[in-house]
Amino acid sequence: MNDELKYLAGRAAQGRVSRRAFMGRAAALGISAGMAGNMLASAVSAQGAVKGGTLRIGSVGGESTNSLDPALAASQVPYHNLNTFGETLVEVKADGSIGYRLAESVESTSDAKTWMFKMRSGVEFHNGKTVTAEDAMRTMERHSNDDAQSGALGIMRGIESMKVEGDVFSVTLTTPNADLPYLLADYHLQIQPDGGFDDPAAGIGAGAYMLEANEPGARHLWKKNPNYWDDTRGHVDEVEILVINDATARMAALQSGQVHIVNRVDPKVAQLLGRSPGVQVVNVGGPGHYVFIMHCDTEPFANNHLRMALKLAINRQEMVDKILNGYGTVGNDFPINAAYPLFDETIPQREYDPAAAAEHYKMSGHDGSPIVLRVADGAFPGAVEAAQLYQQSAAAAGIPLEIKREPNDGYWSDVWNVQPFCASYWGGRPVQDQMYSTAYLSSADWNDTRFFNDKFDELLLSARAELDLSKRKGIYSEMAHIMRDEGGLICPMFNDYVDGLSDKVQGWEKDGTGELMGGRASQVCWLA
Amino acid sequence: MHPIVKLLSQRIALGLLLIIATSALIFAGTQILPGDVAQSILGQSATPEALANLREELGLNEPALSRYFDWLFGALQGDLGTALTNGKDIATSMASRLANTLFLAFWAAIIAVPLALILGLVAARYAGRWPDKLISGVTLATISLPEFVVGYIVMYILAVNYRLFPSTSVIYDSMSLLEKLNAIAMPVIVLVLVVLAHMMRMTRAAILNVMQSAYIETAELKGLRPATIISRHAFPNAIAPVVNVVMLNLAYLVVGVVVVEVVFVYPGMGQYLVDHVSKRDVPVVQACGLVFAAVYIGLNILADMIAILTNPRLRHPK
Repeated sequence: MNDELKYLAGRAAQGRVSRRAFMGRAAALGISAGMAGNMLASAVSAQGAVKGGTLRIGSVGGESTNSLDPALAASQVPYHNLNTFGETLVEVKADGSIGYRLAESVESTSDAKTWMFKMRSGVEFHNGKTVTAEDAMRTMERHSNDDAQSGALGIMRGIESMKVEGDVFSVTLTTPNADLPYLLADYHLQIQPDGGFDDPAAGIGAGAYMLEANEPGARHLWKKNPNYWDDTRGHVDEVEILVINDATARMAALQSGQVHIVNRVDPKVAQLLGRSPGVQVVNVGGPGHYVFIMHCDTEPFANNHLRMALKLAINRQEMVDKILNGYGTVGNDFPINAAYPLFDETIPQREYDPAAAAEHYKMSGHDGSPIVLRVADGAFPGAVEAAQLYQQSAAAAGIPLEIKREPNDGYWSDVWNVQPFCASYWGGRPVQDQMYSTAYLSSADWNDTRFFNDKFDELLLSARAELDLSKRKGIYSEMAHIMRDEGGLICPMFNDYVDGLSDKVQGWEKDGTGELMGGRASQVCWLA
Repeated sequence: MHPIVKLLSQRIALGLLLIIATSALIFAGTQILPGDVAQSILGQSATPEALANLREELGLNEPALSRYFDWLFGALQGDLGTALTNGKDIATSMASRLANTLFLAFWAAIIAVPLALILGLVAARYAGRWPDKLISGVTLATISLPEFVVGYIVMYILAVNYRLFPSTSVIYDSMSLLEKLNAIAMPVIVLVLVVLAHMMRMTRAAILNVMQSAYIETAELKGLRPATIISRHAFPNAIAPVVNVVMLNLAYLVVGVVVVEVVFVYPGMGQYLVDHVSKRDVPVVQACGLVFAAVYIGLNILADMIAILTNPRLRHPK
């Protein structure tokens, strides 16, 4: 690379040469705009975070009924709000390890039943009150309370008792759970003064930004918390979260420079968007996946040969290419991928194999009548098209599928978890235990594949109590094999998080824990 | 009593009656929505006790008729109740939304109405010639496209390509008037394009209709210029039908702009209503319905009154 250009990039990063002048010189030296932009970005990163400015985020998923009460958050805009003003005890980092936020350290007893969180000292809430272990406990109490209608209530159910000793907050569980810190990293569990019992929707937390304007369904403005404890975060002066539910309007807002970051870029337009000047599309694999689910206790799906035939008859790569436009990865018929800690990479990938599918189909003794697959557009984006692709690839293996298109209205109450074979999706969970416990344990409320396997249940419970990571990894791998070979889940693809960024945004890293860097973009990014 | 005063007071009384009738319809409509309000607030995890408590609290155990009158009298006194979803007072949270909607409608109307009238007059003046065809063609094209398509086109050209205006129109109190106008420029343009054709065509048709009258021929024989004939003799007699269409479009600017509000992220009534409908927040839906009905009926009465007042036969009865 040209030394002159490098020098210029450095100067531009320091603000001594204007951005425009730099791009112009780069063009004169025969460097493409995209490459010059990348050079500039890396030069800027090397200079360290720039402070100041207003970072604007355009997000889908906000309504005028939204509240700032962390317990009630269920869609994207409240999620980003919480991550902007709040702080949890711990967080799940991009590499899947636990990061310490308001808790300075975490320890557990050797049976993983009691967990001790030592609180960081000298941290203040936005209202000036010091964050104590008492506040942490009160927060958990509020979320355990039925009245709070908390989205984290399911997590709280496993707690037997809580107590505070000095600056240590400890939790005792009814059954051991080695994943507890991951569960308490849930975004609903933002620590609030006195647990938020007084005024849960006040928007007061211990995070990097404080409430400036709250107009649900339109915009939320946050300004820098001057007493924020962590110097490595909170670079901009203000964060503005604009509610832009319309996808085209959101993309236009990014292209026109009105916002710096957008979420949920439609894979169909992602490449076009990425080509427009000053904009880049970033995608990262996450735990979310699109699925076809069979009830293992209902004919004809009770026959494992038929389930295997249907699993072998789906062309996963084609689905990723055509339904996700490449913004995703192939699934392997169990709900876990590399986005989860303790994922076993060595489990062989199931491929499309019409010959083997036909063989299993024959062995199942199915009478050849069409197998009804129910889908709706709302099951996942592109579900109907995916079902049509599936019908084609299954027909090549001699398996007749009949697609029955259902209305979006009532799909989740009348079809999903009711009909024996339908399309669905999962957003994923931070840890394997939670994903399996939510949908594949025999006693799970949402056991939407009617999967009842004693061995599997036993392994899941034993993994919870296992603190030795390599042993747990082994147990999860065994469970994945059972799921993959006997379960009712056909998992063709994991969808990526696809976000759009202006080239002014710096400090962005790949982070598959959620959209917009697991919701951390507003804290860790800065504006060049 | 002067017959015109009688006529006007009759209209107003009729309008009030109509609003009350509409309120009954709105109330009945929200009552026959499937599902129980208490159930939809508490969701799947509701316990029977919690449901019973909430029904009691919301007064759902009382007969529908007494609930209707409670609601109606409250509404007449400006008390629209509290929203179920966030417990906020509906009147206060709706006030700012309504103000935003009226703000947008006002500026769209300020541009659209005179422009439509002028274009209509020009088209009538050059009826059948190229200015008429050009005006009609363009306005009919913009009304034929769905609003969101017009919105996207305007957004693509003005916000993305030329960056003249912001692509989202969020406005808030701390903005100056000029900033607000800049923010709403694009929705105003879209709304003007959408309502222009209807008013323009009506003006043109009404004037052409009048132009065939004998007194216009007389005016022509007197040697008046065509522009003078239109402005002095034809237009005053065409006001009544034009005003009706203008009012319909003004009402549309208030109650029918949901799509434009969503596309441009404008915090108005439409968005507010849609959000609460999806959450089954019945009191808010009822309140919005009532306000929309009042606006619609009010503007139509106004149109009637203007039509009456501008009609010499009614002003000077024999």
